[in-house]
Amino acid sequence: MKVLVPVKRVIDFNVAIRVKADGSGVERTNVKMSINPFDEIAVEEAVRLREAGIASEVIAISIGPRECTETLRTALAMGADRGLLILAEQDIEPLTVAKVLKAVVAEETPQLVILGKQAIDDDCNQTGQMLAALLDWPQGTFASKVDIKNGRISVTREVDGGLQTVDLKLPAIVTTDLRLNEPRYASLPNIMKARKKPIAEKTLADYGIDATPRLKILDVREPSKRRTGERLGTAADLVGKLRQAGVI
Amino acid sequence: MTILVLAEHDNTALSETTARTLACAGQIGASIHILVAGKDCGAVAEEAATLSGVEKILLADDPLYQHALAEPLAELILVLAPSYDAILAPATANGKNVLPRVAAKRDVPQISDIVAVETPEIFLRPIYAGNALQRVEAKGFQKIITVRASAFKPVAKANAAAPIESILPARDPRLSVFQNEVLSQSERPELTAARIVVSGGRGVGSKENFALIERIADRLGAGVGASRAAVDAGFVPNDYQVGQTGKIVAPELYIAVGISGAIQHLAGMKDSKLVVAINKDENAPIFAIADYGVVGDLFEVLPEFERALDNAGKPA
Ligand SMILES: Cc1cc2nc3c(=O)[nH]c(=O)nc-3n(C[C@H](O)[C@H](O)[C@H](O)COP(=O)(O)OP(=O)(O)OC[C@H]3O[C@@H](n4cnc5c(N)ncnc54)[C@H](O)[C@@H]3O)c2cc1C
Repeated sequence: MKVLVPVKRVIDFNVAIRVKADGSGVERTNVKMSINPFDEIAVEEAVRLREAGIASEVIAISIGPRECTETLRTALAMGADRGLLILAEQDIEPLTVAKVLKAVVAEETPQLVILGKQAIDDDCNQTGQMLAALLDWPQGTFASKVDIKNGRISVTREVDGGLQTVDLKLPAIVTTDLRLNEPRYASLPNIMKARKKPIAEKTLADYGIDATPRLKILDVREPSKRRTGERLGTAADLVGKLRQAGVI
Repeated sequence: MTILVLAEHDNTALSETTARTLACAGQIGASIHILVAGKDCGAVAEEAATLSGVEKILLADDPLYQHALAEPLAELILVLAPSYDAILAPATANGKNVLPRVAAKRDVPQISDIVAVETPEIFLRPIYAGNALQRVEAKGFQKIITVRASAFKPVAKANAAAPIESILPARDPRLSVFQNEVLSQSERPELTAARIVVSGGRGVGSKENFALIERIADRLGAGVGASRAAVDAGFVPNDYQVGQTGKIVAPELYIAVGISGAIQHLAGMKDSKLVVAINKDENAPIFAIADYGVVGDLFEVLPEFERALDNAGKPA
């Protein structure tokens, strides 16, 4: 069975975000970019499935500018077998991404698509669910454990009250939570090998999907800053302050 | 504008996030219906009917909805969807799970996790773990929105209860089956509804040591939270996690103990009214957003804090 893993190129999670003064967005020039951490977990899970003999091939796919090739190379170095880059210059909405992925699913016929539960840039948490809807597939979101047997997949999900396990018919969609696995570091030989793995290239136009955003982003602002606080010497001082503030 | 709000509940009681989502809905339009889907959840519908600003409750009481599985629940919402200008759900695990499925089927984008309504078509939402706020306009299509409940005050109780209308279940897509759930049992206030939250991080060191955090929490009637590092290390269950990818809280008082203050953690608590940090590293980033900071070893500061609370409680 083939597994498809979409990967997004985002500002590295360690970078301090700066909002542009003109309100047009956040600073992206000369900023370290990385694979979205949740997608890295998705790649790891797919590679483990192949290593366990459950998956036959892992295909990484990225939609965005040419630089997404680097993101795909990261996935290939971790063990994905081949890549697909779909060139798109503009920012595209999760629903559009889901539509493109649906078209790729029709071409590649995977039994499983594993996505990150959210991208740490727009924090939308939508794409996997939307893809599941468009395909009429079941979804196991926010997964912390997956188990595939006899054409079905059991997914343990991180929910508000604890953990919920659902049993889904394959083909299915899984979105990853942080505790699904700990992604490996790609070894140097694997990074070298990844350079030789194939990356096919397409454009959004090849899929005939209108990528015009429907939500209009009016501007991006700095959140209000908290005022600097006070250092207190002892826990007794703290209790005094909290009483004064009337919170305890 | 006619708005449908998806109720968050556990088949027994209504979550406060529903009343908060309702407050948000009230800023978008005036005619609001609540959908209560579940099993043997009549009491939840009755509770929802008492919330201010609700015109009507739609009750879908069927085993199909017992566990809020996304596939059948989306089908149900889709049956109702054509009658509404907007569909809202709190950005809880359930809301985030089901609503994008509805949006995709309706062929409209979803607006995730809004924290303010500027006009009925312009919304504010945090991006980059709350390090930036995006102002988005949704014009000319149905609005499908998840709401960051902590950003809205719950609506009050109404004088008269709204009518409850039972509706039929929708088609069962037969794609998913509930297997089991492991829910944290706690007498403490639920994290997102608690007036005070005490959270522990990696600095707490072990599951056993977390009792120190819990003791303070119980002393204050607080909810207990944790950083990702504390959850990953197995000190506490996953549903304690506060942050960008965990729960978002905004209590009156948030006490962070042995938590460094990574942006992903701050994302979940920096809108708390008062923040207290207890950390032995005076350069820990958490101090930059704390109203009150105590630099020190938590194993000394917490017992001292407890004693000071006891003393302060005594009449002079
Ligand atoms: C994609 C992604 C999503 C994430 N989502 C979240 C999230 O939702 N929530 C979250 O919390 N994190 C999240 N993280 C992780 C985050 O980046 C940090 O790694 C995490 O918050 C660190 O937890 P911590 O502060 O407990 O641990 P550390 O950073 O290790 O800090 C421990 C602190 O304890 C202090 N300490 C140690 N011993 C003592 C003592 N005896 N007395 C007093 N102080 C002591 C230390 O000085 C230190 O400041 C995410 C990361 C990624 C990449």
